[in-house]
Amino acid sequence: MSAPTSGAVSDRAAVSGCAAPPVQVSGNGATGDARSLPVLKERGQREVFCGLTGIIWLHRKMQDAFFLIVGSRTCAHLMQSAAGVMIFAEPRFGTAIIEEKDLAGMADANDELDKVVARLLDRRPDIRTLFLVGSCPSEVIKLDLGVAARRLDRESATGVRVLAYSGSGIETTFTEGEDTCLVSMVPEMPVDRGQATDDDASAPATGPGGRGDSSSADEPAAPPSSLLVLGTLADVVEDQMRRIFADLGVGPVHFLPPRNSAELPPVGPATRLLLAQPWVNEAAHALEKRGARRISAPFPLGVEGTTEWIVAAAREWGVDRDAVLAATEGPRRRGTQALERYREQLEGRTIFLFPDSQIEIPLARFLHREMGMIPLEVGTPFLHRAHMEPELALLPDTIRLSEGQDVDRQLDRCMEDQPDLVVCGLGLANPLEAAGLTTKWAIELVFTPLQGYEQAGDLAELLARPLVRSALLEV
Amino acid sequence: MELTIWTYEGPPHVGAMRIATAMKGVHYVLHAPQGDTYADLLFTMIERRDHRPPVTYTTFQAQDLGGDTAEIVKEAVRSAHDRFRPQAMLVGESCTAELIQDNPGGLAATLGLDVPIVPLELPSYQRKENFGASEAFYHLVRALAGPHAPAPDAPKPARPEGRRPRCNILGGTALGFRHRDDIREIRGLLEQVGVEINVSAPLDATPADLARMGEADFNVVLYPEIADTTARWLERTFHQPRTTTVPIGVGATRDFLREVAELSGLDPEPMQAHLDSRLPWYSRSVDSNYLTGKRVFIFGDATHALAAARVAREEMGFEVVGLGCYNREFARDVRKAAKEIGLKALITDDYLEVEDAIREAAPEMVLGTQMERHIAKRLGLFCTVISAPVHVEDFPARYSPQMGPEGANVLFDTWVHPLMMGLEEHLLGMFQDDFEFGNDTTPSHLRAQSPDRTGQAATGPGGHGPGGHGPGGNGQAGTSRPGAGQGAGQAAAPSLEPAPGHVGTAAPEAAPAPAAAQAPVHAGPEAAPAGEASGEPSPSLRWLDDAERELKKIPFFVRGKARRNTERFATEQGIHEIDVDTLYDAKAHFGSR
Repeated sequence: MSAPTSGAVSDRAAVSGCAAPPVQVSGNGATGDARSLPVLKERGQREVFCGLTGIIWLHRKMQDAFFLIVGSRTCAHLMQSAAGVMIFAEPRFGTAIIEEKDLAGMADANDELDKVVARLLDRRPDIRTLFLVGSCPSEVIKLDLGVAARRLDRESATGVRVLAYSGSGIETTFTEGEDTCLVSMVPEMPVDRGQATDDDASAPATGPGGRGDSSSADEPAAPPSSLLVLGTLADVVEDQMRRIFADLGVGPVHFLPPRNSAELPPVGPATRLLLAQPWVNEAAHALEKRGARRISAPFPLGVEGTTEWIVAAAREWGVDRDAVLAATEGPRRRGTQALERYREQLEGRTIFLFPDSQIEIPLARFLHREMGMIPLEVGTPFLHRAHMEPELALLPDTIRLSEGQDVDRQLDRCMEDQPDLVVCGLGLANPLEAAGLTTKWAIELVFTPLQGYEQAGDLAELLARPLVRSALLEV
Repeated sequence: MELTIWTYEGPPHVGAMRIATAMKGVHYVLHAPQGDTYADLLFTMIERRDHRPPVTYTTFQAQDLGGDTAEIVKEAVRSAHDRFRPQAMLVGESCTAELIQDNPGGLAATLGLDVPIVPLELPSYQRKENFGASEAFYHLVRALAGPHAPAPDAPKPARPEGRRPRCNILGGTALGFRHRDDIREIRGLLEQVGVEINVSAPLDATPADLARMGEADFNVVLYPEIADTTARWLERTFHQPRTTTVPIGVGATRDFLREVAELSGLDPEPMQAHLDSRLPWYSRSVDSNYLTGKRVFIFGDATHALAAARVAREEMGFEVVGLGCYNREFARDVRKAAKEIGLKALITDDYLEVEDAIREAAPEMVLGTQMERHIAKRLGLFCTVISAPVHVEDFPARYSPQMGPEGANVLFDTWVHPLMMGLEEHLLGMFQDDFEFGNDTTPSHLRAQSPDRTGQAATGPGGHGPGGHGPGGNGQAGTSRPGAGQGAGQAAAPSLEPAPGHVGTAAPEAAPAPAAAQAPVHAGPEAAPAGEASGEPSPSLRWLDDAERELKKIPFFVRGKARRNTERFATEQGIHEIDVDTLYDAKAHFGSR
């Protein structure tokens, strides 16, 4: 696994960010947005999960996959603490705990791993894909899980696909674990043999610009062969999106990760790539290398975000905005109606977002634009300039945009700001509540279906509830 | 390499965190990568602590590994010192940092800080949480009390005339199973019998308190897993003898008081008057007759398992059919106790092995950890939690010790209630042919027919009262759980994992987390089988197939509500055929909750 460190990605992103041409985003003026804001970059203690935690939703999304962490007792303890494992008889993930004797020699570690895998596959014949997941200790002792995966994949008599990726804390932050997992699946994806022009095939990946330059409208290319939606969405959200795209004649639509790990979607030069989650950055790059063209769009949070997301994709199929608006009239009306219910509680309130999943920027955009909230600090563990461009264009330049974390200093700023609502991790929530602030657990924003029109109200409710509750209590 | 799905103990540095977090004025700098901060949420969520644990993580990344991670350690120690102004600092490393061998303790010592620096080297690839806690406590006490030690051959000074005997209470930590309440109970008991408390540590103690531990006459060791090493050192260094009986149960508390009398030189007889528990009378009360010979399986940490075995046999009249512990450090004691009652002790940290042993022993009740509670639920057995690892439910709002006189009361209530339904069991036995009391019928206060019961109908041990084994895992520790009690099927499962636990159950496709968060409240009524399974709305309404399929995607514990709301909406709107739009129109109409 050669996932670059966040630092390296950060540098590259910064460079491409600088090279980005100015983007015109509809519905917002060209000035006064957050694209030109300086970013407060901090290094220090990070109060975030590592990438292993992504297994919690990935193993539910792909129910025929098993995730085997090669790590320490700490990894196992993290998983059971974060996932509440005790309720499961035998979850579809586990940890091969490295012991003192494994540290003695590499050959031993590989033999040991083979034994663990053999036992596991023997016991769980239902597994179609086995992910070997690298951890901090396995990375530090340079146990090459990529090599191990290829060896095991070859030797697997049962046709179980064995892949490897890193969820280690020294390389990945929380949701980046899904990103590295998806990257490991990209080489396994079949070729999308749909029609594509030479232009398409040789075109560089869509630039970091807005959706203006990603549109193929100016090049009368053959229609795209498929739409690939990237990033875990709840099944119910996927189905809603599928229906909308079907109504618009956009498709076929595939999702990565798929519900069935053995049925990977195709990718090729005529594939259009639409990001459903803000943390799939490296997977997007890997798919672009296989020819897919990324559609630049805001993320499908809130009514506006969802509409812009669909409009951007539909344009690739020659469907214009009016047609999208007409086809989504019902859901949009419902979404707006659902949001209205919570507007009173959220409007004019200030919000401070600690870095957690990378959903912070799209979330702040939704809360600002559709609920009238005032974002004070918007922290993200990692800022991918190009992918966030359409979002930043919709945020005001009055926010404080921060990347990385020095949690003590950030807490100082938070106490100084005294926001009406804080979005933060579980380690900080109760201490902040005890200090008189009102908080929302960030992790729920990752584990809850919140994308799309029908869930817009759920998203607003999630943020409104702590405020409602604190107003309600008289103890 | 060992495949682990779930583990009874965390890594050793989490044990050290339990010591640092229990104390005041201590700060722990942990050389660790990003992600290890997960351990904070154990304290802020499971124990609901209102402050962050006093731990600074150096948070090194892959890119730092080629460079100077040592400098990162020094910077972290320096800034933690300047920001938190602790009276003492622990400096150590987690599993990953152990591999890069920066020697953070040594680095910290070179900084010339004005507080004691206590280095901790905990072998993460060999040892576990309890060891880490024990070592951290020992090294702190040694570093802080050590300088006040008398010369090795100096005789122990006699207690001054008129001064009451004085003891330290050792072992209470953060995230301990009922430590908070146990310490209050035992402190009160000791004070009542005339013993003064010098220091209670580590819970709520400061480094200055540790420094004066030598001023006590003897030590009370409540949790040997945490405090045995320290108590032995104190005994050697300060000639302080220690108690060896853990006062869980009436008999053990009586023995404990005898030990205290001996160590303090007080008259033992008046002391026993303070052992005022209802357990003896309740256990002799005729309605307890049916408890006789109930088969119990006991598993936990060694201290609690041993204590439970004694209480079960001597004070409840149960038959112990299995006994074991997960911490090998104290396995010898458990083996000995098991042998005395004709059993082979189960010493393992593999919960699947525990599950097999329980199945084989066919007990009527399990006394175990949260994991045994889940195992018991799968097997259709009653269970009460008696030991760590802890769970949010192990921090009840009410006073609920395990030790001392009140602890004995708590044991009676929490062990007996799951088994007890007053006269109901007799009724079930008498009228078992009544269709209402079929073999699958469970007591009315446990949840009724569980859908997942069908697959494991044969798991209940045969030959016992028909009502004796509910599929309901039952709330732990005798806590009454109306929600879980009446809900359907796995409805109880999410409710068992509040706090950090519940988030895992709310996977993307599984549930809107708002619903998941409310599961403990709503699980019962809304998941009632009748509400969901009927599928027969009023004749004028018809669910189209796609709407029915869509409904199935809604989490089971709110599905019934969604169905009712949609039908109500359709009726109000004069809609006869419910399609997907109707479903979502109704959702928008009624709101998300």
